[in-house]
Amino acid sequence: MPSAGLLSQALASGIFLGALYGLIGLGIGLGWGLLRQINLAHFAWVFLSAYATYELKTRLGIDPLISLVMLVPVFALLGMAVQSLLMRFAITPFNSLLVTFGMTVSVEALLQWIWSADFRRMASIYEEHKFRLSGVVITYSEAITLCLSFALVGLVWWMLHRTDIGKSVRASAEDSEIATAFGIHAKRLGIWLAGLCAALAACAGVCVALMFTLAPSQIFSWIGVIFAVVMIGRLGSALTPLVGGLIIGIIESMTMALIAPTWAPLAAFMVLILILLFRRGHE
Amino acid sequence: MNKKLKSTAVILLLALLFAAPYIGLPVHLQSLLYVIFFWITLATSWNILSGYSGYFSFGHGAFFGVGMYGMATLATKADWPVVPAALGSGVVAALLALVIGALVFNARKIRGESFALITLAVGFVLATIVVNTPLDGGPGVYLMSVSLPQWGPKPASTFYYASLVLAVLCVGVARWVFHAKAGLGLLAIHDDEDSAEVNGVPTLRLKMAAFALSSFFAGIMGAVHALYVSYVTVGETFNITVPLTVVLMSILGGSRHWLGPMVGAVLITLLLNAFTAGDSALVGRIIIGLVLAGAVLVMPRGIVGTWQLRLHKRQMQSSKHTRQESSVHATQEVEPVKRETAASAATSAPEKVLEVRGLSKHFSGIRALQQVDLDLYKGEILGLLGPNGSGKSTFINVVTGHYRPTEGTVMLAGQSCTGWPAHRIRRQGLSRTYQIPRPFHGLTVLQNVTLAAQYGGANLTASQALEEAHEWMRFTGLEEKADCYPDEINLHQRKFLELARALAARPQVLLLDEVLSGLTPSEINSAVQTIRRIRDRGTSIVFVEHVMSAVLALSDRLVVLNQGQVIAEGLPQDVMSRHEVVSAYLGDGVV
Repeated sequence: MPSAGLLSQALASGIFLGALYGLIGLGIGLGWGLLRQINLAHFAWVFLSAYATYELKTRLGIDPLISLVMLVPVFALLGMAVQSLLMRFAITPFNSLLVTFGMTVSVEALLQWIWSADFRRMASIYEEHKFRLSGVVITYSEAITLCLSFALVGLVWWMLHRTDIGKSVRASAEDSEIATAFGIHAKRLGIWLAGLCAALAACAGVCVALMFTLAPSQIFSWIGVIFAVVMIGRLGSALTPLVGGLIIGIIESMTMALIAPTWAPLAAFMVLILILLFRRGHE
Repeated sequence: MNKKLKSTAVILLLALLFAAPYIGLPVHLQSLLYVIFFWITLATSWNILSGYSGYFSFGHGAFFGVGMYGMATLATKADWPVVPAALGSGVVAALLALVIGALVFNARKIRGESFALITLAVGFVLATIVVNTPLDGGPGVYLMSVSLPQWGPKPASTFYYASLVLAVLCVGVARWVFHAKAGLGLLAIHDDEDSAEVNGVPTLRLKMAAFALSSFFAGIMGAVHALYVSYVTVGETFNITVPLTVVLMSILGGSRHWLGPMVGAVLITLLLNAFTAGDSALVGRIIIGLVLAGAVLVMPRGIVGTWQLRLHKRQMQSSKHTRQESSVHATQEVEPVKRETAASAATSAPEKVLEVRGLSKHFSGIRALQQVDLDLYKGEILGLLGPNGSGKSTFINVVTGHYRPTEGTVMLAGQSCTGWPAHRIRRQGLSRTYQIPRPFHGLTVLQNVTLAAQYGGANLTASQALEEAHEWMRFTGLEEKADCYPDEINLHQRKFLELARALAARPQVLLLDEVLSGLTPSEINSAVQTIRRIRDRGTSIVFVEHVMSAVLALSDRLVVLNQGQVIAEGLPQDVMSRHEVVSAYLGDGVV
């Protein structure tokens, strides 16, 4: 039986990992639920942002938190540009998956071209400095990720539920024809929302750079688990991806600690399968 | 002539491919062709379920992986010869598909996106199991020691022939399914699964069979590929490449046609090959990604789909011209339909064809139907009335098997069919129409009706079903629209298409759900005539309607529902004047 210390450490790392899952899942879920797009390019943006953070730090010595502020507007513009291109075509959710997959393949090759297929690890003060909280060791990277994730989820929730533009987005997703009849400009909203999603991807990318070793091919290894996170929650919701992320993160790290690291994906995906099979949908 | 030319060309091409290694096809081209055949097999097999029925599987890599590890286990640990080991791996993959299908397809809520994700997860689960058990254990499995048969002039040509045979078989099977009754059924599931079930398509069985067939080919191809690469690892097997590539190939080529995946596979493989040859591999991948994104945006139906659409439009154009010339013949008298419906209509005593007793349906507390009794006699038109929300649609949905009744029985021609699935009730002789027509949008009018005839009660051959379909299109005046898609005809015609589909099953009982709503007065008149003619042919009709003049003109008897209960029954004039009926419609204040 593992010690209480090991268990609480595993729980903590599950929470940090889950917070990052939730942050990435938030962007995917918003696009899927509100724009009806399964946006694989979100993963590409996350890694593009992570590599940019890495490059800015190692080449120019810019602190990742400053990069965050710089990258968010850049990615928001990128997301809006791509969305305004996609909106010229009538596109089904499945075809959006394929189009964005094509884009992701391109970005992956681009990353490999610039930074090679080797693993890259960003050195930062946030990773070196740790603090103890009731026996659990926490790096500043992890703490930043957790805070950023919770803050952004809260911000998106507030925007969707408390601002006019957020309410219009939700109305438009529910019934775009009726919403248009009430004077909502669906296209402009879509572009705005896509910008938000890409900005979220930029934030997640900074966290990925802080916590993980980077390799271009890893873009694809995140897809499965993030889809699980999104499907556990409700599409288009602000809070449920974080809940899903925490559930899967904790299950994964507990499986790693109690059984073996290699069994972790099984636990996560069994949760997904069970939830999909037994969830009551609307008739 | 054209057809003969085509089949000659195909035979010549096949002969050339089979002879190629003997007439000096270089080895590097043989391995390029191996890769092409490999992707043709995988993409085409994926398409049998996912392309036709619209249930997109992202788990094709899982079944392919089962084949890889099936071969790795059977050939190295159990010492099976390679051919039985390959077939065995295919069978294991098919069995796995049946297990997953039984779990997934039985959960009614699982449609499209959920199915895609569950199948994606299956791949990860399998990978985890394989890496943690003696099947692999982590380091991978070597298959160098497996002794291979030599097919063809050189050792390398064994793989060429194996993949060629598989690709030919797989495309052949996909083509056969596409043109068979099953293919029509799968395409109908793609368009509207509920409507497919109501039109007699055994949706669950079809999906399961297609899933098993699709996985069987993926499994065998995986088994062959395990020998080809001779070293199997979890990372290389269960990654996202295989499922995504097959989806891409099929979509690019056109997933609603048997030919599509093959076209996509050849194009993408050649494209990939052109770039991996030099140092430009990375630039190549960037370009391929963008080409792909662009191709899907510009041609969402894929290459074959776009080509078919163009062909269809041209055909419509030319037939419009010819029709204008020969429009004189259009107003022919409708021929009487020859065959008799069910048992002979000559019996004198009124015979019950539909007998409903104590039928109730509750939706988590809401009592949509309560203890409804209803009889329908042979040759009768029964009007079923009631205000909105009174339970008429629920009644139809329960009787036709879309919902299971909470309690009560439904007897059709003396046989209890309570709780049967919708397609079985349809085959037993009960058809329905939808208030808002639900045609299969991807099938032509003719195909829509043919499908209904094929999946009706009688087991018709393809040509009989076609004849039947033409008969009913003539009956409903849709003969000229045979090659149109449902979106190209008007509402009135779509309502008649619903009727033609319902009638093509030669039902004993026909449930008409507000066929007249939304029609103009003159269209209502012609529809009323048509309904009379249907009854005159011996089909008994339950007629749900709000157009009162038509109800009174047509109905022999009325049943009135309110709040899920029968509140009145009897002759039309009599029922309509009853107090409880008037108050149900107009409120209690009216006297």
